[in-house]
Amino acid sequence: MENKSSPRFPLLLRVSRYIRPIVGVIIAIFLAWQLYSVIVVQHNFSADTWVRFGLSGLILGGMYALIAIGYTLVYGIMFMINFAHGEVMMLGAFGGYFMLELLRFIPMPTSANPNLNFLNAYPIVSIILAFTAGISVSALAGYLLEKIAYRPLRKAPRLILLITAIGASIFLQNLAMLLFGPTRKNVINPDILDRGAGWTWMVSGNPVLIPYTGVFSLVLSALLMIGLYLVVQRSKLGRAMRAVAQDKNTASLMGVDVDDVISKTFIISGVLAGAAGVMWDIHMGLVNHYIGFLPGIKAFTAAVMGGIGNIPGAMLGGMFLGIIESIGPAALGIDFQLKDVIAFSILVLVLIVRPSGILGEKLSEEKL
Amino acid sequence: MLLSIENLQVYYGAIHALQGIHFSVEKGEIVALIGANGAGKSTTLNTISGILRPREGKISFDGQEIQQTPPQDIVRKGIIQVPEGRKIFGRMAVWENLEMGAYTQKDRAVIKRDVESVFDRFPRLRERRNQLSGTLSGGEQQMLAIARGLMAHPTLLLLDEPSMGLSPLLVEQIFDIIQDINEQGTSILLVEQNAQMALAIADRAYVLETGKIVMQGTGDDLLEDKSVIEAYLGGH
Repeated sequence: MENKSSPRFPLLLRVSRYIRPIVGVIIAIFLAWQLYSVIVVQHNFSADTWVRFGLSGLILGGMYALIAIGYTLVYGIMFMINFAHGEVMMLGAFGGYFMLELLRFIPMPTSANPNLNFLNAYPIVSIILAFTAGISVSALAGYLLEKIAYRPLRKAPRLILLITAIGASIFLQNLAMLLFGPTRKNVINPDILDRGAGWTWMVSGNPVLIPYTGVFSLVLSALLMIGLYLVVQRSKLGRAMRAVAQDKNTASLMGVDVDDVISKTFIISGVLAGAAGVMWDIHMGLVNHYIGFLPGIKAFTAAVMGGIGNIPGAMLGGMFLGIIESIGPAALGIDFQLKDVIAFSILVLVLIVRPSGILGEKLSEEKL
Repeated sequence: MLLSIENLQVYYGAIHALQGIHFSVEKGEIVALIGANGAGKSTTLNTISGILRPREGKISFDGQEIQQTPPQDIVRKGIIQVPEGRKIFGRMAVWENLEMGAYTQKDRAVIKRDVESVFDRFPRLRERRNQLSGTLSGGEQQMLAIARGLMAHPTLLLLDEPSMGLSPLLVEQIFDIIQDINEQGTSILLVEQNAQMALAIADRAYVLETGKIVMQGTGDDLLEDKSVIEAYLGGH
């Protein structure tokens, strides 16, 4: 791109080198001016509202981060974007939903409460079972997806894999619609995780609700991310995954079964996506065949933002995107329904200004 | 016979890279495979390791045919390749590379002992055990690549151009190490462009030219052969 030796358009080339920083500065000035006018001049929202936005962004960000790790792991090892990953999360959400429904219909009457069901008699066991179900479904979905759709294409050009992934995404969405119907289903939590319940925090004289479900999701996603990091950095499987990501042939010369490691990578991605799916059940409370689509591409945005292939980058990107998305519309003084536009504008901006992402390294030739 | 190769034919698409080669390695030998760029030396090693599949021919190791065995199982049979260009895992620490070399070893105590014995052989690696291996010098990287290969207790060690890009002093050192490894009982198949050094330590050698073996003999015989001197040793 920076072809200095070309004598024909020297001025144009000199300008083009500065286009990225110039675009960056213009956008930064515009954003700063918008923020100033909305927050200071118009003063539409008081402090407690901002805290509320930030909080819901943080919770959403945890889920995005978990899904984004799946994109990044698979990209790191196969250099493909698994666009069906959002659907893996959706299937996990259904797994958790059906488990909660099942438990709700197991009666456990006591003399004090004749209407008691398993869900409320053993709420912690129920939540664990819901996560087990969701995670199993997602892990299985990830495993089968790789085995059936991607493995036969191991030597195919990468564009073919990408198209296959988009096809798999549409297929899984429609499969879920056929199996479970197109209507939205309300998820009913055990009473201890009631969606309206939480701690109250007074901010400038107004109460801010910190929901139990949100704190639960956030803590769980943090634990899962720490767990994943330990697996990748400390375990034998993690070392094999990193070896395969760096050089498949040499990894196989060490005795690593590359196909097996790729399968396990998809299973791990599935586990994280499944956990995010069940969190979605518990915190958002609505499931249908379409819920994986937007979180899926937003998590992809988050992974690109953090530098695709980079695990801490995906975590950071997910959190950042969740917060930006929930604070953004208010901070920029635009309609709340435009929050998706903010997420994808960020994707476009990252690709223009810093294509390798925040923590990303320059992509080597091998990866391109 | 430890390794025997019969009529090996390998293609890259339409390119006939190995055109029916025959050779063997006996237990305890150092066998050198010499030849110019593109003669098919690395292709031969990668086919033995299972990374490439032959279209025809037989590879037997310890009496078993292995030409259809996947690479990870060939490693478990005791054939370990130290690939061309070192191919260490640059974003992993030195000790992690050694752990990767011992990937097939389940016993932690054995791995620990092997790491120590490898460090005794390569004291420089002990100093740099926690360093990212991508930051090592070329010679250290080559030593790490050999050390990583030794972690798997090879019966047959395939070495692909171990002297590439190293200073003459380091080349001497690496060849001393190779001889030492051989004296401790490991058979070695050595691929080299540095024919002089390779022939000097080899029991037997084969000369590969555009996918065919054109000459064979003991290392000393080939060192004195006029056509070999002209083609590979830069003599007149």
